[in-house]
Amino acid sequence: MIETDIIIIGAGPCGLFTVFEAGLLKLKCHLIDALPQPGGQCSEIYPKKPIYDIPAFPEILAGDLVDNLMKQISPFKPTFTLGERAETIEKTNDDKFIVTTSRGSKHIAPVVAIAGGLGSFEPRKPPIPNLSDFEDKGVEYIIKDPEFYRGKDVIISGGGDSALDWAIFLAEGVAKSVALVHRRQTFRGHLDSVQKVMDLAEKGNIKLITDAEVIGLEGDQKLSSIVIKHKTDGEYIVSTDHWVPLFGLSPKLGPIGDWGLAIEKNAIKVNTLDYSTSIPGVYAIGDVNTYEGKLKLILCGFHEATIMVQSAFKRINPDKNLVLKYTTVNGIQGF
Amino acid sequence: MSENIIKVVVIDREGTPHTIEAPTDMGMNMMELCKASELPVEGTCGGMAMCASCHIYVESDHELPEPSEDEEDMMDQAFFVEDNSRLGCQVHLANELNGLTVRLAEVSGD
Repeated sequence: MIETDIIIIGAGPCGLFTVFEAGLLKLKCHLIDALPQPGGQCSEIYPKKPIYDIPAFPEILAGDLVDNLMKQISPFKPTFTLGERAETIEKTNDDKFIVTTSRGSKHIAPVVAIAGGLGSFEPRKPPIPNLSDFEDKGVEYIIKDPEFYRGKDVIISGGGDSALDWAIFLAEGVAKSVALVHRRQTFRGHLDSVQKVMDLAEKGNIKLITDAEVIGLEGDQKLSSIVIKHKTDGEYIVSTDHWVPLFGLSPKLGPIGDWGLAIEKNAIKVNTLDYSTSIPGVYAIGDVNTYEGKLKLILCGFHEATIMVQSAFKRINPDKNLVLKYTTVNGIQGF
Repeated sequence: MSENIIKVVVIDREGTPHTIEAPTDMGMNMMELCKASELPVEGTCGGMAMCASCHIYVESDHELPEPSEDEEDMMDQAFFVEDNSRLGCQVHLANELNGLTVRLAEVSGD
C-alpha cells in the first residue's frame, strides 16, 4: 500500500502543478495515470505543438511545459503509479481513501485530488451499433500478443503507425491473411513503414483495401465477417476471424464517473470555494471539473490546484493555522 | 445582418438544426462556436487538428479552403469520413460563410 498526503489522479499539467503547491505546504503527493508517462494530453497528443496562453511564456511547446513542471516539482519528490488506471475508491474508518488501480496497486491518503482531464486515454472505438457484441469475440482494439493471431484471417483498420506496423508484423509469417482497410490511399505513418506495406501488398502478403471503411460487423456468437463500404465499389462483405480497428486513443471519464460524485455534462461538479466535490476529502481540478463560468484552460487548472491544496491542508491538519507561503521569502524547501 | 455577424446552422446528432449567430471578427472556428453554444462537440486537443473529436460534414455549398495535410492526417482517426468531412476547428468563421450549414458527425462509441 502506497501512503501519501494527497493522491492525485491524473499526471497532466494540473496534477503536476498540484505537487508544487502541496509541497509548499509540506504535503506529499503521489500521482496515478493511465498513460505510461507524465504530462497527460500535452505528452500524449501534442508534445510538439506550441501553447501560447501560459502566463509569462509567449510560446512554449506542450512537451517542454511538462518537462518544466517536472523540474519545478522535483524538490518535492513526487512518486508515480503510471500505466495504471484509477478504478475504485473506498473510504476507510479513519476518514482516509484507498484508491485501487486497474492492476491492483493500492494507495491510501486523507485527500484525493482528481485532475483527470477529459479522462483516461482509451482506444477510439468506431461507432458501429453492434460493436460491443463482438468485443473480444473477434474485435480487438489493442494487439497484446501477436501469437493470438497465428494462422488467422485478420483485418486491420487505420492509417497510422500502429496500423501499419501491426499489418507488417502479422503479414510476415504470423497470420494466415492480413488485410489493411484505410479511408484514403495515402498513409500518415513513417515513410519506411508505408513503403514496407506497399511492398508486402505487391507480393500479395497484405491485401490493401483503400478508399474504404468498415461499417458493419456480422457473426453468430463471434465475428465471422465485416461489411466494407468502398468509395466507388459500394458495400461488400469480407469474411474474417478478427478485426482490429486502430484509430488512436481518446480520453474517457471512465470509472471515476461511477465513484458516486455529483456529475454534470460528463464532468465533476465542484464548489468553487475550494474545488471540493460532493464527497468531503475528494477534490476535482482542471478539465475534469465543472462549475458556473468554468473555462478548460491549463492556467485555470493551476489556479484551482493552488486554492485546492489550502483546503486539503486544513483537512489534513485541522489544528494547524495555515500560513500562505510566499516563495519569494525563503525560496523552495524540498523534502 | 449586422456587420461581422453571420448565421450558421449546426445540425446535431439527433437531426435537430440549431441556428447560431456567430461573430466573424473574433478569430473563431466552428469547434469553438459549437462548444460556446453548448453543442456536443468535444474539441479535446483545443483546436490543433490533433484529435478528430470535432468532425463535421459541410452540408451547404460554401467554398471552404482546402484541408491542410495535418487535417487530412487527423481525419484518419475520425469515422464515416465523407468528401464533405472537415474538422470543425479548422473551419474559420468568416463573412463569406453566412448561411453555412454543418452536421455533427458520430463520435467514437463507448
